[in-house]
Amino acid sequence: MKKTDNNAMNKVVEINDVSFAYNNKPLISNITFNIYKGDYLGIIGANGSGKSTLVKLMLRILSPTGGEIRMFGVNINNFKGWSKVGYISQKATSFNLGFPASVEEVVGANLFSRIGLFKSMKKEHRDLVYSALEKVGMQDKGKEMIGSLSGGQQQRVFIARVLVSDPELLILDEPTAGIDIKSEEAVYCLLSDLNEELGLTVVMVSHDIGAMTIHASRFVCLGENGFFEHTPDDKISSELLTEIYGHGVLLHKDCVNCCRHGEL
Amino acid sequence: MLNIFHYDFMLRALLVGTLIAIITPRIGVIVVLKRLSMIGDSLSHTSLAGVAAGLVLGINPVLGAVFLTIIAAFGIERIRRAFPRYSEIAIAVIMSTGIGLAGILSGFVRNSASFNSFLFGSIVAISDFELYMIISLCALVLITVIVLYKELFYITFDEESARLAGIPVNSINIVFTLLTAITISVSSRIVGTLVISSMLVLPVASAMQLSKNYKQTGFLAIIFALFFTLSGLFISFYLNLKPGGTIIIVGVVTLVLLMIIKIRPAAAVPSIKQE
Repeated sequence: MKKTDNNAMNKVVEINDVSFAYNNKPLISNITFNIYKGDYLGIIGANGSGKSTLVKLMLRILSPTGGEIRMFGVNINNFKGWSKVGYISQKATSFNLGFPASVEEVVGANLFSRIGLFKSMKKEHRDLVYSALEKVGMQDKGKEMIGSLSGGQQQRVFIARVLVSDPELLILDEPTAGIDIKSEEAVYCLLSDLNEELGLTVVMVSHDIGAMTIHASRFVCLGENGFFEHTPDDKISSELLTEIYGHGVLLHKDCVNCCRHGEL
Repeated sequence: MLNIFHYDFMLRALLVGTLIAIITPRIGVIVVLKRLSMIGDSLSHTSLAGVAAGLVLGINPVLGAVFLTIIAAFGIERIRRAFPRYSEIAIAVIMSTGIGLAGILSGFVRNSASFNSFLFGSIVAISDFELYMIISLCALVLITVIVLYKELFYITFDEESARLAGIPVNSINIVFTLLTAITISVSSRIVGTLVISSMLVLPVASAMQLSKNYKQTGFLAIIFALFFTLSGLFISFYLNLKPGGTIIIVGVVTLVLLMIIKIRPAAAVPSIKQE
């Protein structure tokens, strides 16, 4: 687990007193926390607690009804450096499986601005694609059709698609939804590697509290009874989670065969 | 034996057929992959209403068709947003409107032969105006799909991620909707309202049986469209058949053959394993 540098200079995202309401119904109320360079931040909470909404606010898909969000020190409304931010949605793997696209084409899609108008992918761009695929252990699958891969492999391709544009912050919204447990663990381990080895700041929404307690360096928890922020020094206990979720939550902390590098 | 190349109208038909065979699959590949295969049917029926309106009002029927088809295409986009995940509702509503309007307006058209020529197309009776229009359209479609190739691919595959990656999704969707409407209304004058939808879908469906990626799908779709159109024109000329219908049947037969060829090796795998 990478140790976060909580220096004020290293703030990647600042959430200052942020609130959000759907049709005048408050969903998020007066939340304040920071995300620092090198964080592996887990956002956990019950269904409907506003986890995905919080991510959409950070991506400016939604606008807060109160408070301020700053990205890399700039107010989100004036922020132009979106190429530094990579996002993988819940829906990433729910694409049309019959879509005739190769892995290489899917990953290369994120290089569109670098390739430019009237131009097609050149060797230098292809090298970037394969370098991103190598980071997720999929370099030998470049020519395969995306629909022929397993759910876990597809998710790794989508992570490579984000990595190809060299982001500093990676935001994932339930990236393991719909994939099997082994592949799920592999995705968590891959993200740990990217966080530790490349220093990538990772923000992940997950319903899997057990996995988050193992992999994430910090948490924010959204629940019926409010908002809680935790550092690695705080212990997440079943009692605390019961307080957050408003009902009993069983916490598993064991990680069998966890993160054996090279076995993703 | 008659020589097809001795007839000026057939040379013109071959030229126009080639141009349409190049542009319709370029639009078709995006339409099919966005799961809007029936959009061609819907818009071509609306274009028929535009033709009827043009003939009744005494303005150029092709321009009437272009105008009404553009309105219909944006109507489909608007209704799609009102019924997310039910694209077929938008297509059915616009198609019904098109058929209804065409039905009513055709009752006021004095020269029914002229109206029928739009229904089945008139690839062997192309006027100079139509020839220049189709050449301009071909250039417009090709330039747009080449310039926006990467953006259109990203939007078609994953619209949400494309938007977050900074692609101006709404503007590109508007450009593509306009292009689709103009292509369908102009091409349906040439190959017929009843044929244009097949020209959008059949070459792409055939290409998808063989292709291994998006680029190859687009390329193979053009090759198939050229094969369907040119062989359809030759067969119709020598066997004295209707060209539009012949082009479609060549396409359907090719697709069925490709599907059989593709299914056979897959079916053979379990028997090999059993051995």
